[in-house]
Amino acid sequence: MIGVKPKILSRGFLATLINLRESPVGLIGAVIVLFWVVMAIFAPLIAPYDPLAIQTPFAKPGTAAPDGGLFLLGTDQKGRDVLSRIIWGSRTVLIYAPLATFCAYIVGIAMGLAAGYRRGWVDIFLSRMGDIILSFPVLILYIIAIQQFGRSNLNIVIAIIFASAPGIMRIVRGLTLEIREREYIAAAQVRGEPNWWVMIVEILPNARGPLIVDSCLRVGYVIITIGILGFLGLGLPPPDPEWGGMINQGRQVALMFPHMTLFPAIALSTLVLGFNLMADGLRETSLKD
Amino acid sequence: MTSTTPLLEIEDLHVSYLTRAAEVPAVIDFSLTVNEGETVGLVGESGCGKSTVAMAIMNYMGTNGLIKSGSIRFRGQEITTLGPEQLRVLRGNEIAMIYQEPMASLNPAMTVAQQLMEVPILHLGASKQTARASAETILSDVHIPDPERIMASYPHQISGGQQQRVVIAMALLANPSLLLLDEPTTALDVTVEAGIIKLIQEIARKYDMTQVYISHNLGLILETCSRVCVMYSGQAVEEGPVSALFGAPKHPYTHGLFNCIPLPKTDKRNAPLVPIPGQLPLPHERPTGCTYGPRCRAFETNLCDHQEIPYEYIEESNQHVRCCRWSEIKPEDLIPDKVPVANTHIGDIVLEAEDLSKHYEVESPGQVLSTILGLKEKIALKANQEINLSARHGETLAIVGESGCGKSTFAKVLLGLETSTSGDLTHDGIEIGRIGVQQREQKQLAALQIVFQNPVDTLNPSHTVGAQVGRVLKKFGVSQGKTDTHEKTLELLAKVKLPDEFYYRLPRQLSGGQKQRIGIARAFAGRPSLVVADEPVSALDVSVQAAIAELLMEIQREYGTTLLLISHDLSVVRYLSDRVVVMYLGRIVESGSRDQIFEPPYHPYTEALLAAAPIADLRVKKRDIILEGNLPSPLDPPIGCPFATRCPRRIGEICDSTLPDEQIAAGGHHIACHIPLEELNQIDPVFAIEDN
Repeated sequence: MIGVKPKILSRGFLATLINLRESPVGLIGAVIVLFWVVMAIFAPLIAPYDPLAIQTPFAKPGTAAPDGGLFLLGTDQKGRDVLSRIIWGSRTVLIYAPLATFCAYIVGIAMGLAAGYRRGWVDIFLSRMGDIILSFPVLILYIIAIQQFGRSNLNIVIAIIFASAPGIMRIVRGLTLEIREREYIAAAQVRGEPNWWVMIVEILPNARGPLIVDSCLRVGYVIITIGILGFLGLGLPPPDPEWGGMINQGRQVALMFPHMTLFPAIALSTLVLGFNLMADGLRETSLKD
Repeated sequence: MTSTTPLLEIEDLHVSYLTRAAEVPAVIDFSLTVNEGETVGLVGESGCGKSTVAMAIMNYMGTNGLIKSGSIRFRGQEITTLGPEQLRVLRGNEIAMIYQEPMASLNPAMTVAQQLMEVPILHLGASKQTARASAETILSDVHIPDPERIMASYPHQISGGQQQRVVIAMALLANPSLLLLDEPTTALDVTVEAGIIKLIQEIARKYDMTQVYISHNLGLILETCSRVCVMYSGQAVEEGPVSALFGAPKHPYTHGLFNCIPLPKTDKRNAPLVPIPGQLPLPHERPTGCTYGPRCRAFETNLCDHQEIPYEYIEESNQHVRCCRWSEIKPEDLIPDKVPVANTHIGDIVLEAEDLSKHYEVESPGQVLSTILGLKEKIALKANQEINLSARHGETLAIVGESGCGKSTFAKVLLGLETSTSGDLTHDGIEIGRIGVQQREQKQLAALQIVFQNPVDTLNPSHTVGAQVGRVLKKFGVSQGKTDTHEKTLELLAKVKLPDEFYYRLPRQLSGGQKQRIGIARAFAGRPSLVVADEPVSALDVSVQAAIAELLMEIQREYGTTLLLISHDLSVVRYLSDRVVVMYLGRIVESGSRDQIFEPPYHPYTEALLAAAPIADLRVKKRDIILEGNLPSPLDPPIGCPFATRCPRRIGEICDSTLPDEQIAAGGHHIACHIPLEELNQIDPVFAIEDN
């Protein structure tokens, strides 16, 4: 009676992604995300038209273009091809959302590690600061910050870091509190390792699993946030095509020309869905081993 | 019912777990018959399938467990094919189970009364009043003092020993005919364990209850059972009456187990433990023929690895054994030739503690308002009080005591993880007690290292073995440069008997024993002068324990290191240590050489500890001493002798009011007790070893 040797799932960041093959849901999510990544990278090759080129305004989907081509998803008020703008818009969102999330992670991890490992007044100070920020309605926070400091790519990234870092800090702090009680941490302390070493080399890698899952979800939220800001007219400055802004522009004529809002909205929700499914899949595979 | 039908018959049982990747056969071919009124022990190491057997008897296999074939008959009725409703009647009414973790068996959100009353109401259809009445009777049956108060308590409000008594009471309430006990005392302290064991014996007699007792501890099996079944790798390998199996084991694995346990007859210099080589095969890697073959010293090619080994019945001793060579094997063949061991040279004093105390400031539980305002009163938790001890170069000093006695706190102060409150602690003449680890010099850090208890936790799961050991070498300046570190790491791995390829392994690819070896390598990497071994073997399986204990001593001898052994397990202490310190509630109650501690005069607490520890040897006759009550809270320790509240030899008022002075018996043997030495000298040894 000899069975098959059970497969051992590998770890590490890349390996975590590779492990997604074990989860159908995660795989679907990854395919959706990958689809948009390909769109973003090869936008100049894929997009049929220049996203800023003004052609026939208010063309419905499937209308023939002056050059003999097709406005597959129609055009907007200014006569710009919606499909091309969506494809180019994926570039904007896939640059700024991961960038903002990544920066928020660096800040949140640093704060969380310090609060969870050092405890005492460091913990009290950082945690209360975080609580204060988290107790504000996020959207109002964004509106105030961006109106105050102006509408620029950098300010949007900073605003997102400011609003997301406390949440990340809480997760990291919780994980750190648990991991710091392990014997290998005591072993590191007993051999006189400096605090930064214990935090970054001994604790952080072991908090990796939940953080990878959370970062995936969080990128999705940030994409929505950027969309909302764009919709409110506080998003990334024009003329770069941006999905939230497109939805906003199409809003006034949405009843007559639903394609102007519908297609960018679908693009936005599929990308977010992709990230969420991927997070689900990552959680599932991380629980399995 | 006729007496000829056994209560429980298990025949050719095969159980598998279905996992995502493959089917894992956990139990392969297991047969056992349990007669009415018997207590049968099921022994084996972790992963041998003993708990799976228990689950199969309850037919509670989880979603992925599957009884592949074979039959389990309870009073002649097949239970593998029962439907959920019939099973519900069977479980509880006929078969009850007691698990290892009492806290996990009790519902934290319900009072003890509610949980106990549920049983008669659900299973016997009793009314609330009768349920309450029977709950109260059963609580006094399991010797719970003040049942009224316990009934009204939530599980977290009562001690671990009391929790386990409540769990036992709950199992008894529906008056089942078969009781399954799965390591019921493993999570408890030794003295508490002794009480529970006595209770289990008493219940077996009083209710005439049949029991299946699962344990990895052969000593407990000997104390509780009439018959034993030894399991290895999903099979029963030997079964028989306790007297036969403990007196003359037949299977080489059973022999191996006995040779691994530090029984009183063993001695680290003259009669060392004999570890079983290799490790338990994984379920999907079981060898053909005898599953124990690859580890067996009596293995014969073409005989043992040829075909499936039959489970033979031996008429004369009423034993079953699964070994084709049992009649030819002599016990001596199973022990390798002894290598004489040089005596360690015991040198100068390395470590000395003088009146060392460590108090923690804790917040007293206050009112809600004062808690919010942070106005809680601070009170001192006296974890260590006036500790006096010394350890010499090359010596093994053991600190013994139950959980909460302060032995780990002492180690923390020694390593600098905590700083002392008062008193002196000197290492090589330099005060270290007041210096935290961050302020210590590198030389001091390297000199004091630790081997941890829990192999799961001891290594960082994110880094390779090589990186973790190499880091210590680099940190302490033992190696310079990459290649040198790599070479020296491999040397260390070889020293702990692990091959080179372990350098690139991650901790999760190692077994518990292997992780512990890496833990030892890491501790000794900086050539320490003193290593704290905090329960180094207690989380390991018996056969691995022996190997780790021997390895620890081998390296100690080679480096001339002082070993500070922290343990609650007296048999391990007796085997490993040269000198022993016994602690209770933050104080040292007795100290002396190994022989002085294990022979009279005893401190009454040491006496109770010795009596509590089960010994897996038929020739050892022990006295029974069961301690009453619980360990007092260290926040509010007794004013007089710390042990006075539970002491069976309490002499009177003086014990409660005055802290006893240390009496010095012959040869530097200290006992802190009010009973005069002459009287303590009169006490009989706790156990006697009968010669054949």
